[in-house]
Amino acid sequence: MKRSLLFPVLSLILVLTAAFSLTLGKYPLTLDDITGFFLLKMFGVGDDIDPEHFLLLGNLLIDIRLPRILAAILIGASLSVSGAAFQAMFVNPLVSPGLLGVLAGASFGAAMSMVFFDSWFAVQSFTFLFGFIAVLIAVGIARMHKGNTILLLVLGGVISAALFTSLLSIIKYIADPFNQLPAIVQWLMGGLSLVDHKTLLAAGIPQVVSIIVMILFSGYLNALSMGDEEAQALGIPVEWIRMLLIFVATMMSALTVVLAGMIGWVGLIIPHITRMLVGPDNKILIPASALIGAIYLIFVDDISRMLFNVEIPIGITTSLVGIPFFAIILRKAKKGWN
Amino acid sequence: MELKPLIKVEDISFGYSRKTVLNDVSLSIRAGEVVTLLGPNGCGKSTLIKIILGLLRPATGTIFFNGENILHIGSKSLAREIAYVPQIHKSSFPYTVMDMVLMGRIPHKTFFFRYSKTDVDIAGGALERLAIAHLADRAYTEISGGERQLTLIARALAQGARTFIMDEPASGLDYGNQLRLLDQIIKLSREGYTFIKSTHSPEHALWIADRVIMIKNGTVVADGACDDVISPENLFHLYNARVNILKLNGSSFGVCVPQTICGCWKDDNDQCWE
Repeated sequence: MKRSLLFPVLSLILVLTAAFSLTLGKYPLTLDDITGFFLLKMFGVGDDIDPEHFLLLGNLLIDIRLPRILAAILIGASLSVSGAAFQAMFVNPLVSPGLLGVLAGASFGAAMSMVFFDSWFAVQSFTFLFGFIAVLIAVGIARMHKGNTILLLVLGGVISAALFTSLLSIIKYIADPFNQLPAIVQWLMGGLSLVDHKTLLAAGIPQVVSIIVMILFSGYLNALSMGDEEAQALGIPVEWIRMLLIFVATMMSALTVVLAGMIGWVGLIIPHITRMLVGPDNKILIPASALIGAIYLIFVDDISRMLFNVEIPIGITTSLVGIPFFAIILRKAKKGWN
Repeated sequence: MELKPLIKVEDISFGYSRKTVLNDVSLSIRAGEVVTLLGPNGCGKSTLIKIILGLLRPATGTIFFNGENILHIGSKSLAREIAYVPQIHKSSFPYTVMDMVLMGRIPHKTFFFRYSKTDVDIAGGALERLAIAHLADRAYTEISGGERQLTLIARALAQGARTFIMDEPASGLDYGNQLRLLDQIIKLSREGYTFIKSTHSPEHALWIADRVIMIKNGTVVADGACDDVISPENLFHLYNARVNILKLNGSSFGVCVPQTICGCWKDDNDQCWE
């Protein structure tokens, strides 16, 4: 595809997917209903809608479906961008927010603050804090030993994730089994149905800022992916740029846990798929991953809520779709790191 | 008249925890020289190279570039003067050759940058100079070792630096590509580029170096014109290997010939003797 067409086309697909998803649900709507509603609501033009129906539409679209779709966009974009960025800055195509332990650390932080503190600010801060600690542990373990750095970092991530999963079990064990425990379990499995306007704003703003920062810095990611020495010899202050980028990537991916629990595999497979489509240049890869990740997550969420009568937690769906897909593309993706 | 040195290394020492890697190393390099660092594995060549590039901080001592302490030169400004050409490596990601060479423009960019038309032209010019313009859109992971080495040199050219520091540039290259690499270095040095390179092959030094610096156990053991320094005695001291240095049939290129291998030597009739 021509470079100049890439972003307009991806954006168009995103808008169409989002609009189509607005029509889906227990109460099916047509695209006409939706455009009619928004025209009337925002500009006061178009056909009159019977007030009762207008209320129903408002409730369905503004309170239920739109937040859900916006959350899917934010989560898909955040996980994919942070995955692509982690892969470049650690010179390792096998890492992702999930594999580095960010999601496990964030889940622990969130569960802990749900049990001990009851404030949104605490939940967000601890989610981010423990996500960040988890990456540092993974990187620290990898740096302690000499050897195959790609493998060691994956191993470090596995250890870090295991540590926080155990700590999470402690929290579950001491949580009140009638209210808190089911809430934690349900929420960790991942679901977009509970997303409300407040959560969306609280997590969405830092996520959007983080994604913008990452896009601005994407030119440095290419050089960082050449290894520290080369990047530094190209005049890049490697230490602080990488710390900043780890911070930003962790921020956006940890906050996905606040929105919808632990959603695995997206941060690993979307960067690979996007790299296959647009090449490895991070100046294009990072924004393209954001769009493709957003489209993917809306799509998977549609499957989650439409496939059966009951909604399947989206964390389960992304894994079920992602794992076989990764197994298939592994052969092709492997080319890059052999 | 003694020319002012381009790079002056003064009393550098460096060590990791208990192990001393470099001990009181001093040397100076003039603009336009091709300087080869020779020494056995682990002698401190690579460490010295990293210190000159500003990648490692020496425990003691100072490095001056054009009379200025390199620690006082910003890393971007330094990158516009000195380029690092690493050993050929496999990238983890299949960047195109053009993407790789464009990275050389980073020291010329401000904070949040996009590559401009000028950057692309400069990168294209660097590829053309090394006769690899046809590779621009190929994946760096899929071209040959020799082509990768040329790509890394093109990146250094695009960087605009006039001093190239190469850590064992010939390693991993086949015989023909090694010779073409030396050829390229000579061509660029004639245009005024300065080269500091380490190698494991004394012959490469004999063929293209103006000057050879021998390093053993972290100290400089010999420093001087190539023909003076590369002698059987010095090579024995450096590598504990006995070789003769010959010039055949009036060729201006010397060769190193082992005196013995496994205690055998060959006579004029190609017969082996104990």
